Amino acid sequence: MASGNGKSNTRLMKGNEALAEAALRAGMQAYFGYPITPQTEVMEYLSIQAPNYPGVVILQAESEIAAINMVHGASGVGARVMISSSSPGISLMQECLSYMASAQLPAVIVNVQRGGPGLGTIQPSQADYFQAVKGGGHGDYHLIVLAPSSVQEMVDFIFDAFRLTEKYRNPAMILADGALGQMMEKVTLPVAGSLPKTNAPWATIGKPNSRERNIITSLFIQPERMEKLNLVLQEKYNQLQKEVRWEEYQTEDAEIVLVAFGLTSRICDKTMNLAREKGLKVGLLRPITLYPFPTNALAKLAKHAKVFLTVEMNAGQMVEDVRLAINGKCPVHFYGRMGGMIPSPEEVLIKVESIAKEFQTAHA
Amino acid sequence: METATNIDGLEVVYAKPKTLTDTPTHYCPGCGHGVVHKILMEVIEEMNIQEETIGVAPVGCAVFAYDYMNIDMQEAAHGRASAVATGVKRVLPDKYVFSYQGDGDLAAIGTGETIHTVNRGENILMLFINNGIYGMTGGQMAPTSILGMKTTTSPFGREVATMGNPLKITEMLAQLPGAYYVSRHSVHNTAAVRKLKKAISTSFKYQKEKKGTCFIEIVSNCPSGWKMTPVESNEWLEKNMFPIYPLGDIKVPKS
Repeated sequence: MASGNGKSNTRLMKGNEALAEAALRAGMQAYFGYPITPQTEVMEYLSIQAPNYPGVVILQAESEIAAINMVHGASGVGARVMISSSSPGISLMQECLSYMASAQLPAVIVNVQRGGPGLGTIQPSQADYFQAVKGGGHGDYHLIVLAPSSVQEMVDFIFDAFRLTEKYRNPAMILADGALGQMMEKVTLPVAGSLPKTNAPWATIGKPNSRERNIITSLFIQPERMEKLNLVLQEKYNQLQKEVRWEEYQTEDAEIVLVAFGLTSRICDKTMNLAREKGLKVGLLRPITLYPFPTNALAKLAKHAKVFLTVEMNAGQMVEDVRLAINGKCPVHFYGRMGGMIPSPEEVLIKVESIAKEFQTAHA
Repeated sequence: METATNIDGLEVVYAKPKTLTDTPTHYCPGCGHGVVHKILMEVIEEMNIQEETIGVAPVGCAVFAYDYMNIDMQEAAHGRASAVATGVKRVLPDKYVFSYQGDGDLAAIGTGETIHTVNRGENILMLFINNGIYGMTGGQMAPTSILGMKTTTSPFGREVATMGNPLKITEMLAQLPGAYYVSRHSVHNTAAVRKLKKAISTSFKYQKEKKGTCFIEIVSNCPSGWKMTPVESNEWLEKNMFPIYPLGDIKVPKS
């Protein structure tokens, strides 16, 4: 196994292991986890690397519930902390994620999604979109959500996620999937120690005489105070909108715009090229941040595009946000596979061609 | 502790510790929580470890413990105080860390966290207030409610066939190698309060020496939940709770 202290920064790595290596290089101080396929390699990699990083806490908890509450504790004392799991495990964490959003605790949560619902399958899926971007637990809150589409981005987004979670004091999620976790690609690893740590004067590290005690809580029993906290959170989400990221490919002249995130954006990139070869004006918009969502970018495209097609590995979740952004200006179609099935570029192309035929007939 | 300061020519012979805030507690008259808070904070003041101590509050009657304890604290989700305390302690191994939980929190919803925290031998002090009832939500049956005990969810008395037996979790935990010091106390009279205070300071001493988990159960009363006067509740405690939860050391270090 490649060493975190090796000389070469360019390697062939599995997504889960690259992500773990990136976390160490990003100065992660604590990791708490629980085994679940298809992300267990994250904790395995960290466990093997632990001797090279004395002082970094790597702890296998008795459950995902315990693990995320350990994250609460470690984050509350100002540590740069990460947790990873897959869909069912992430479901178990939702209560504490709501607490952490409310108590404004930073942490990076990695969800290497698998097909559901229920125990489901261990194959890749994007069916936790709603859970990730709408809150997931109880109450009005959002996570910051980044959706990588390559092993390189599994690495890069760790740095982005730590930066954002500390800047906004809001939990940040990396929403990957089983394919990204398991596949191997060439990655360039960032230099260790290149991410400065944000000060945490709010941390509960022991009260000196020089300051009042620090309290980390999400309990404000008087509704007036609880509403005030909600207003603070909502203002934070407003501020977060400026962190929105997306990519566009060949959208300048596109009549059909594909919208896809993560793994499906790579599939759609291929579909787009196949369609272009057939003379169809197809473009692609890929949201990189799922929260905040690139609403304005989509609205702008709706001014000249004819139709949108959202492609997801679920029953149609992001398509709701796309429709809100398009706001009735164009038809928004959906194509998806569920339960761990990955759509092929060719099957998406069949859908694109049928949509193209439809609007050509309509405009004939 | 400063006890001999003169105020207007009068000698102060008793004062509350500075580690307690001036906030009046929300606890019902006669409740044991206030006494346990005070004893705990007295120890922290006397050991001069306010700056090095982090507490974790539960969900339950002691949910507002951080309003009264003048130290850095985190409020945990229901049952998870020992997991939060683990996260704190692992990052700051040289600080003093305690969790403070009731019976529903520690012995029902948080049983898994409780057992595994002790099994890992986390160097923390776990304080467990056992009054055999869910006080905060209005007097429901707890895992430690004794047989025959009437609560709002066992209105005809707890019976084994459908509600199971009272859970003696402290004896269970004492079996685990990670448990270094396990002791059961009460705060129903002065002598008991003194013993508890010694157990708490001993636990912090062991924590400094990184000996493993120290676990102190405090068998306490709940006048409101038990529908008794404070005096009646203490009498009931002695007569009915102590035979099932006998006071004293359950596991002490081998000398």
